[in-house]
Amino acid sequence: MRQSYKLIFERSHEGRRAYDLPALDVPAVDAIPANMKNEGKLDLPELGEVDLVRHYTNLSRRNFGVDNGFYPLGSCTMKYNPKINEEVCTLFEDMHPLLDEDMSQGALRLMYDLEGYLCEICGMDAFTLQPAAGAHGELTGLMHIRAYHEHRGDTARTTIIVPDAAHGTNPASAVMAGFKVKEIKSAPDGGVDLEALRAAVGPDTAGLMLTNPSTLGLFERNIKEIAKIVHEAGGLLYYDGANLNAIMGIVRPGDMGFDVMHINLHKTFSTPHGGGGPGSGPVGVKKHLIPFLPVPVLTERDGMIELDYDRPNTLGKVKNFYGNFGVIVRAFAYIRSLGGAGLKEASENAVLNANYIMNALRGVYDIAHDRICMHECVVTPTEDMMKNGVHTSDIAKALIDRGYHPPTIYFPLIVHEAMMIEPTESESRETLDEFIDAMKAIAVEAMEDPESVHACPKTTPIGRPDEVTAARKPVIRFVKE
Amino acid sequence: MKSYVPNTLEERREMLRTLGLDSMDQLFSDIPEDLRLHRELNLPAPMSEMELRELMMGYVLQNDEGGLLFRGAGSYRHYIPSVVPQLAARSEFYTAYTPYQAEMSQGMLQSIFEWQTVICNLTGMEASNASVYDGATAAAESLLMLRDSKRKNKVLYSAALNPDVITTMKTYAHCYGIELCEIPVDANGLTDLAAVEANLEGAAGIIAAQPNYYGCVENMDAIAELVHNAKGLLVAYVNPITLGLIKRPADYGADIAIGDGQTLGLPMNFGGPYVGFMAAGGKLVRNLPGRIVGETHDAEGGRAYVLTLQAREQHIRREKASSNICSNQMLCAIMSTIYACTMGPAGMREVAEQNVAKAHYLAEEIAKVPGMKLRYTTPFFNEFVVDTELPAEQINEELKEMGIVGGYILPDGGMLWCATEMNSKEDIDFLIDMLKNIVEGGEEA
Amino acid sequence: MIPTDRKYTREHDWVKIEDGVATLGITDHAQEALGDIVYVELPEIDAEIAIGDDYTTVESVKAASPVASPVAGKVIEVNEALDETPELLNEDAYGQFIAKIEVSEVDEANLLTAEEYEALLAEEE
Repeated sequence: MRQSYKLIFERSHEGRRAYDLPALDVPAVDAIPANMKNEGKLDLPELGEVDLVRHYTNLSRRNFGVDNGFYPLGSCTMKYNPKINEEVCTLFEDMHPLLDEDMSQGALRLMYDLEGYLCEICGMDAFTLQPAAGAHGELTGLMHIRAYHEHRGDTARTTIIVPDAAHGTNPASAVMAGFKVKEIKSAPDGGVDLEALRAAVGPDTAGLMLTNPSTLGLFERNIKEIAKIVHEAGGLLYYDGANLNAIMGIVRPGDMGFDVMHINLHKTFSTPHGGGGPGSGPVGVKKHLIPFLPVPVLTERDGMIELDYDRPNTLGKVKNFYGNFGVIVRAFAYIRSLGGAGLKEASENAVLNANYIMNALRGVYDIAHDRICMHECVVTPTEDMMKNGVHTSDIAKALIDRGYHPPTIYFPLIVHEAMMIEPTESESRETLDEFIDAMKAIAVEAMEDPESVHACPKTTPIGRPDEVTAARKPVIRFVKE
Repeated sequence: MKSYVPNTLEERREMLRTLGLDSMDQLFSDIPEDLRLHRELNLPAPMSEMELRELMMGYVLQNDEGGLLFRGAGSYRHYIPSVVPQLAARSEFYTAYTPYQAEMSQGMLQSIFEWQTVICNLTGMEASNASVYDGATAAAESLLMLRDSKRKNKVLYSAALNPDVITTMKTYAHCYGIELCEIPVDANGLTDLAAVEANLEGAAGIIAAQPNYYGCVENMDAIAELVHNAKGLLVAYVNPITLGLIKRPADYGADIAIGDGQTLGLPMNFGGPYVGFMAAGGKLVRNLPGRIVGETHDAEGGRAYVLTLQAREQHIRREKASSNICSNQMLCAIMSTIYACTMGPAGMREVAEQNVAKAHYLAEEIAKVPGMKLRYTTPFFNEFVVDTELPAEQINEELKEMGIVGGYILPDGGMLWCATEMNSKEDIDFLIDMLKNIVEGGEEA
Repeated sequence: MIPTDRKYTREHDWVKIEDGVATLGITDHAQEALGDIVYVELPEIDAEIAIGDDYTTVESVKAASPVASPVAGKVIEVNEALDETPELLNEDAYGQFIAKIEVSEVDEANLLTAEEYEALLAEEE
């Protein structure tokens, strides 16, 4: 199985080419001034089309996606990405973003309608589709909170409270939005510690960022009390939508008391994750934050959708144009395919599948918080396994050899040796059963033959890579010998 | 009704029974009753795949995109070889996520290593990250690199950057507490060098575009010299498709090279997804935001690729991270890599030369139309500004009737025209005829 | 085991003050907890450091550990060998310093003797 693979730069032969262009039908000109002209030859590979195609086709075979197999990567919602959505999004590919509004009504209407659907799903009053990913949505949402306090002249509100169970993006986004971060410890059950929250809020509180269900996959039962504490202190409540897939049609962030939130369209609404992007991170707000939405805001007038840039209190813009439109189209198609009942069905089955796995692993692995979970569960190796030298990373590598993408590992940070399993609704019962069997077999192997587990993965093109060398002596581009 | 849940209702009931439950509802008992939505979501009814296709066509038909496009201003129509979308449609790539598990993600990791190499070789820089969202956010992120590496809170930017880039930078800078200082455009459509010099004191550096928003080719040598004399850094915002013909950022001493990779094989897509790139040299590598892929080896000595220098990132450093970025634009980066490797050095040069030739032909012909005048005489790449006697809105309205998308109208009423390798001489001549007709018609009226 | 020629902080750093110059480093326990050290972010010469400021960050593959200074003053020397060979800290934490600071103030109240530090380690076990 072990086999390294040449870089495309190493397949280059001078003079070969894979491109062609029509002959130039206008006079050639030498218009670039000498001092700004690139007289050299760019160092890019030269190869024929078939070799280029084989290179990337074979590279793709050294990769694993949802289409290859079960991918229960917690917090990432690796659900099936419908093929029809890949087709319909190409219908808009050739649209220039700066077409006049009357030329792009279809695209604008689609975005406007999607904003409406997201408002209904989340119980919010308005959405912007501009942010390009979840973390970008967090930053944009926090900018709303900042603008809100600034607009009221309340400049003392400089702190965002973040539970220690939060994704790393939460504190990082808060700092980028210009806030200080106050981290609060979680309660023993993984929820927000109400006493710690009461002690943390004050006149400096700008807001609280919360993921609900939490990163432990548990619903925050005290959410009403939490909202009350934060609001009474004068702060706003931010909803991290990473785990929205658990609650569609069941409970809405807006009804829980959240003022502002983001959605990861690529998670909840089934758009492909692209090997790490593009995503899309729309931000929803309640009425009091609408004046601060980034421009342009889509508005309807006389049956036409317009791009409104005339927004005196807008926070500005967070990227070019209107958002990752190609991703937006796919999410739109998904919502229209499923409708309200279908979305609820998706959430119910996501939660059912997670509980099914958690229940089957009880007694084999330790369960971080043993109560009904939402769309994901967190388990850990048993004490005995760890005494035998088998840790979470070893179990992950053993899963690879059995044909699975491992769960998210070592997150959340508050659970030692965490494995966060999110099966999603799109997996069948036998897929779950086979995965459960694999987990059980690894547990047995961990006790009987730990060395064999340490040797995993054995079936992959490379063995465990030396990350220390990679970081100590970074080689981050190819340089010809 | 469409459903992507494979289990039958009976199977679901059996699964519930293993949990000792008899209804889905019981799974949600943690959620306070009074918060729950006791109704179905009010959304349009579900539909089959066939109906969805019709629905989407209905939206498409509300568009009226025109046939001939002469507009750029931040999004460009270039030819995309078939290999680009075909290879990016390999679902091993597009249905994967961030390559956390290196052993089963070598395809994505190696592709991104190749992207980093492509970006380094196009810009002449030593290091590139694995992408950011787009050019505008690359510029916004570069503000933090400037501030943190120079420990100064003031940054200059050229007013000849794309307006979306400027607005995005301002939005971020307000949060960072960074003071932005705008350098105006001179009579030649270029960044005003005297104003650069006058404002450099206390500045971490300057961000300037090549070519700039008005299409003009800047004298980056001169900007670099000024900013380096003041011990500041130059951030060059470049259009990568120009780099076969226009000097690479490293060639004029840029310290950081950024831009939008849309021109490298990505469709216009009504504004996204595109791909931002960021490249730098020396110690600045540690200040790059986001993912970076590095080469290493496995225990048997085989070459391997991994996410590296991760201690800069949010999942480790949390509030002290160099950026909050997590998901980026990996698939778009792969598409741009495939584009650049398809074109190769010869193709990158030829496509740039064709852009220059087409845009100059268009410019010369437009300048012959009565009542239309090129605003600048400065060398340009594939865009240029035209001042018109007739209102630009009127010209574009009439062009629209002929299926032509005219130049982008600037706030001052000028028109920013663009031609690429996609605009044939025949199309340009047709446009010119139409413009002449419009002007004549305008005079008659 | 624990050198007695210097003092320690509760955060597992050491400081040795001689002739108004503080030499700073991390303890053997700290390097062991971090694992393979891959990068040391050295402060700039002439940088002014206050007590409690993070004067350096020591990185392993999976962690970044900021190190707070127990002294105030101006950085006059850094251990440049760590730039190329950060693993020196793994090999000899007490023999390798990170930075030297010309001291204007010392956080004496929070410094531990070798004996006290050893007791702290025993306690944390």
